[in-house]
Amino acid sequence: MNIKTAGFLKNSFSSRNRLREKAIYIILIASSLVAVGTTAGIILSLVFEAARFFTLVPITDFLFGLNWSPQTAIRADQIGSSGSFGALPLITGTLLISAIAMFVAAPLGLAAAIYLSEYASASQRSIIKPLLEILAGIPSVVYGFFAALVIAPFIRMSGSGFGLEIASQSALAAGLAMGIMIVPLISSLSDDVINAVPTALKDASLGMGATRSETIIHIILPGASSGIAGSMLLAASTAIGETMIVVMAAGLAANLTANPLDAVTTITAQIVALLTGDQEFDSAKTLSAFALGLLLFCVTLALNSIAHKIVKNYRVKYE
Amino acid sequence: MEQALKMRADTSNASDFKNPIVSAKNVDVFYGNKQALFDISLDFPANQVTSLIGPSGCGKTTFLKCINRMNDLISTCKIEGNIEIEGQDIYANSVDVVALRAHVGMVFQKPNPFPKSIFENVAYGLRIHGLTNSKTELADRVENSLQKAALWDEVCDRLDEPGTSLSGGQQQRLCIARTIAIQPKIILMDEPASALDPIATAKIEELIDELKTNYTIIIVTHSMQQAARVSQYTAFFHLGELVEHGKTKTIFTTPKDERTKNYVTGRIG
Amino acid sequence: MNRHFSVRSKHLATRHRFEVIFKWFGRISIFLALGFLVLMLAIIANMGAGALQQTRIALDVPLLQEGFDINYLDEADYDGLIKSALRQRFPDATSRSQKRQLNNLLSIEAPFTLKKYVLKNPDTIGSTARLWFIASDDVDLFFKGSIELAPEGNAGRLISEAVAWVNELKAAQAIKTVFNFNFFTGGDSREPELAGIFSALVGTALSLLICLAISFPIGVLSAIYLEEFVAKNRWSDFVEINITNLAAVPSIVFGILGLTIFINGFGLPRSSPLVGGMVLALMTLPTIIIASRAALRSVPISIRHAAIGLGATPIQTIFHHVTPLAMPAMLTGAIIGMARALGETAPLLMIGMVAFIVDVPDSIFSPATALPVQIFLWADSPERAFLEKASAAIIVLVVFLIIMNLSAIILRQKFQKKFCKNNF
Repeated sequence: MNIKTAGFLKNSFSSRNRLREKAIYIILIASSLVAVGTTAGIILSLVFEAARFFTLVPITDFLFGLNWSPQTAIRADQIGSSGSFGALPLITGTLLISAIAMFVAAPLGLAAAIYLSEYASASQRSIIKPLLEILAGIPSVVYGFFAALVIAPFIRMSGSGFGLEIASQSALAAGLAMGIMIVPLISSLSDDVINAVPTALKDASLGMGATRSETIIHIILPGASSGIAGSMLLAASTAIGETMIVVMAAGLAANLTANPLDAVTTITAQIVALLTGDQEFDSAKTLSAFALGLLLFCVTLALNSIAHKIVKNYRVKYE
Repeated sequence: MEQALKMRADTSNASDFKNPIVSAKNVDVFYGNKQALFDISLDFPANQVTSLIGPSGCGKTTFLKCINRMNDLISTCKIEGNIEIEGQDIYANSVDVVALRAHVGMVFQKPNPFPKSIFENVAYGLRIHGLTNSKTELADRVENSLQKAALWDEVCDRLDEPGTSLSGGQQQRLCIARTIAIQPKIILMDEPASALDPIATAKIEELIDELKTNYTIIIVTHSMQQAARVSQYTAFFHLGELVEHGKTKTIFTTPKDERTKNYVTGRIG
Repeated sequence: MNRHFSVRSKHLATRHRFEVIFKWFGRISIFLALGFLVLMLAIIANMGAGALQQTRIALDVPLLQEGFDINYLDEADYDGLIKSALRQRFPDATSRSQKRQLNNLLSIEAPFTLKKYVLKNPDTIGSTARLWFIASDDVDLFFKGSIELAPEGNAGRLISEAVAWVNELKAAQAIKTVFNFNFFTGGDSREPELAGIFSALVGTALSLLICLAISFPIGVLSAIYLEEFVAKNRWSDFVEINITNLAAVPSIVFGILGLTIFINGFGLPRSSPLVGGMVLALMTLPTIIIASRAALRSVPISIRHAAIGLGATPIQTIFHHVTPLAMPAMLTGAIIGMARALGETAPLLMIGMVAFIVDVPDSIFSPATALPVQIFLWADSPERAFLEKASAAIIVLVVFLIIMNLSAIILRQKFQKKFCKNNF
């Protein structure tokens, strides 16, 4: 502060106040660092433990191995040498269930979004939108419960009606429940994206005598396609990271199959199985959970980053 | 002003109103509780250009949108009275808006080409209305429309490029091309040159003059010079009312109403 | 050119038919999604309704003088008393399996009910006490009709003789259902008829309190920093991307973080609401930051200018003028974040809040479980009676979620109204 400054300017703000402001400012910075710290914590904890796992099991065996049976490490001197840690069945299982979920959620969510943004009246929208949000607000443990105890037995029963042998924990049951759960995710994101298409384009098409459906199919959807793709990717990433539904309804059988009626297991279900209960912290079995966690984190992060980039570019296109 | 009026030959004649192509009678328009148009009765002669002028917010665009029922898209908008096109009430229950809008095309204030190629922009209407039977016929019609819109020479070698890559004036002519591709009888234009520079504006105006041999054109404009240059008839709207309607020359030189006089001489606007 | 716009050509009719089909496709999609929701909740409610009822059986227990030492009342053989009372009531149980079923009519809690009664009324020793004991889960399910009678005469694990006993009790009006208070006041139990959600509820409440106490202040403060003080540069972009990505990290990964850093790293107690709350806080943080930033953005710039014009420092402006106005929207975000945290299960499994907890946790350091985890545990259990409990617990969970979301909606609407007034 300049010594020559007039008194009324100098005293208007005491040094104690200035100190307090500085302290508040530091607290603000510290708060914003928590989010960054969390990410760092996640990466560090996953990378360190996974690195220890990869000293016991080669990373190629982990990523491309066809057999997953970590439970076989019985004696202490067997560590690392016994038990198979081929994650491929888990990856395919995760993809199978997510694919079923997307197969359910993508058409339903998109159709709902189209109806809400282009056909529904304001009052209809104000009722339907929050109702759809409830679907996303219901905890996944509830979907898991319903999938395991209602949908799976139902599928099994109707399957035996056709003479089909269906596992009591089928990929289909878990995928169906998960699909319904992510419908609102797709519908609300797509709704935003569709609404971002300029009204001028819609008016031009309608003004030429196109019906609403023609306008939607030929003008709005092609225009919104990248944004919709982004919202689908976000939904897929949610499906891949979803845990409780698969833990409860998909089971732990690591089958390498593309049959939705078989039992499969997923990355998340295995992490839960490996890390709940008592663990020895140095066994390859426990450490493999971190390798799975790292894989899951990388895949979902990649999907999200791509999705956000796509959606951002889309926004720029129509700003 | 006088000079502007001389720019185009006066093709209006007394028999124009014997058989108007569009005829509005006692039209009231409401947005919710607010009345936007009051008892408008106005006839439009075929194959002539009629401009709707007036200060902004006077209801001229609202009236224009009544003619191809674009106001249907606004849920709070309510229309009373009747509008006939070729003797048929367009608000009758039997009317199909899709067919109506194919019959009454519209060009908007801001050029709004679809995010498609130049070719597809023009082909769009032909495709949805199923107006062509073969690919060659489609290509012919597209070319023909682009030629009529005086755009063909500029774009014939880049039909696959996106419509949005064109300049503003070209975009607007593209919008006109896609409108005339489906061969409407009437073309509504909502301030079609307001977003364009003077050279592009001149081209559009020239085009409007040529189009009137095949189409009836109703144009909303905020520029009196433009109205004087392109139209044979002019209707002056003020605060939701139709103040005066007649030959463009008469409106600009010897208006009957004081308000019209004030507007065309620039005292209100 | 003789097209007329009220004559429908064949082509036009096809187009309109497609339009109708297209519109119905949207309607049906919404109907399917919402129909699933309704069906799911209805089925679960139907499955869980029974848990609100508890079956009780009336039994005459002769309290013979010689069975009690008046100085050591709590050491009497109450279990034996109940068993002999049952044998007396149903003398036809003779074989081993029949006797085992007979003893299995009542919950293992029955001797404690009797003991409590005797301790409270020592003067009744010598007479016969008629008490309503809690029935076992098998009897409970059968009496409430949750188990069908098999053609062989048995019902679930109840052999045909036991079915006959229950029917006899029914005829004698010695069996009834009462409202199951125990479900709301009891902790978990290996016996389904005794299991309740209270300890899980307390665990959830403690975790959510921790979560709110951590995530709300940090979330709001970082939102203020990011929205009001940071110039747009590489660093703010980095933090921004960080937060968006954090919001999409699978919840189980946060569980792994809690396990390695909070439990194995900091040595915080496993299974405790403290660690659970901390993990949930990190998960909720992005939601709160995003909501709070939107709230700050919606405060009119004129308010900032007014405060700064009066000589307030930026920090005073934010804390005295802007934040109070943004607070309702921030709270709305916090409630929505809490609602999500309430239903989170996977990260809590990771940090061991999955243990079998009977006692109500008395501090944030003691082992606890949470309501959604309790649902998972019960759903996973082989005993059929636990399914009823799990369903009922789901209903409780959903009711809490609805309350939280409704309050968020109400808060938001109030907030919006207030701002509309400010704007005009």
